[in-house]
Amino acid sequence: MSARVTGMRRETATARTLVLEAPELGDTVAGQHVDIRLTAEDGYTAQRSYSLASPSGARPVEVTVERFEDGEVSPYLVEDVAVGDPLELRGPIGGWFVWRQEQAEPVQLIAGGSGIVPLMAMVRTHAAALSTAPFRLLYGVQDPDRRYYRDELDRRAGPALQVDVRYSRRAPAGAPVGRIGVADLSLLTVPAEQRPTVYVCGPTGFVEAIADGLLHLGHAPERIRTERFGPSG
Amino acid sequence: MAVFSPGFRGRRRTTNPALPPGQYEEQGFPVLSAGITPRIREDDWRFTLTTTAGESRQWSWDEMMALGPEPISTDIHCVTSWSKFGTSWRGVSVDRFLDAAGADAPFVMAGCYGGYTTNLPMADVRGGKAWIAFEYDGEPLPPEHGGPARLLVPHLYFWKSAKWVNSLTLMEHDRAGFWESLGYHMHGDPWREERYRSA
Repeated sequence: MSARVTGMRRETATARTLVLEAPELGDTVAGQHVDIRLTAEDGYTAQRSYSLASPSGARPVEVTVERFEDGEVSPYLVEDVAVGDPLELRGPIGGWFVWRQEQAEPVQLIAGGSGIVPLMAMVRTHAAALSTAPFRLLYGVQDPDRRYYRDELDRRAGPALQVDVRYSRRAPAGAPVGRIGVADLSLLTVPAEQRPTVYVCGPTGFVEAIADGLLHLGHAPERIRTERFGPSG
Repeated sequence: MAVFSPGFRGRRRTTNPALPPGQYEEQGFPVLSAGITPRIREDDWRFTLTTTAGESRQWSWDEMMALGPEPISTDIHCVTSWSKFGTSWRGVSVDRFLDAAGADAPFVMAGCYGGYTTNLPMADVRGGKAWIAFEYDGEPLPPEHGGPARLLVPHLYFWKSAKWVNSLTLMEHDRAGFWESLGYHMHGDPWREERYRSA
């Protein structure tokens, strides 16, 4: 189906949010993704999957794209595409790594880097629905300049949404630097006894380490949902 | 009618005719899983084949090895649009298990440690098209890639190559597995771009 770029926002030096008008796109649920296909004038095509950042059901939809240096589609979406340009879209896709507003149980979101995108869709859906399900977000990012949605997350943080950010390479003064370990997880996430559904999204190594830590803390495997991206080497 | 993307040229790293439509060549080996990575020891590993009559036959790791592993060199294609050329594996052909059990049916459901399932037509797993694979690139298959053993059905999108496989259940009628019940295609042929059932 065809879509059109109707707006864009810079998130970081390497990431941009695209606002997409897509009249034929079916109902979306927070956590789902779309496939974006690009076609050159000679017919050459390339496509990739991008998580929706906009809340369930919202129109227009938004995706946030991180530019990968060696990428083929992401540099075009982050640097080249302009407001008014058409894009070919397919989706929405995925029915597992989703949060539906009917869910009442506590939720723990854990993001690594650009893995924040589908979790932000959940945060936004939770807020828009005035859900009373306890929500907590732990966001691991390399340094403060790479944080997505900084102002919005600062604004949304409060009783309805607890937000913690951990920096792995460079932190603001006074904040610790390092990867998220089991100790951090036990301090900064909903305890296993409260039986939260845990959503983990990030690079493979991040997700593997976090998932192992969650199991160690007593979370049941069936309540841990994961989404991974990026080559594993 | 294609939608052209103004100014898009692409990197065109691959013009290989072995690349199905909509795919790009990946040098790494991305990991995609819906949940945690189960850690199963070879000693604890069991593989169960169940016929439509409900009769089961089980193999231990050593019993599987006794069926005769073979090398497999193949391209693989993930629905998330990466393909990887010339991957090398070792595994036991699914034919060996089916023949040993003397079993047949039109469809199978693969089951896994961790609860994942995926459905396949028998025609896609019989005749040297599918394996229980336990070695990748000369090394034991790592857990995040499905080790100790995964189903390998390389001519279909890779979600059909169920990681941590531990069973095949024969079926008279096709039923949707995990991703298939969430909108993915019942068959998954990359050459026909059988990615999703709708959309």
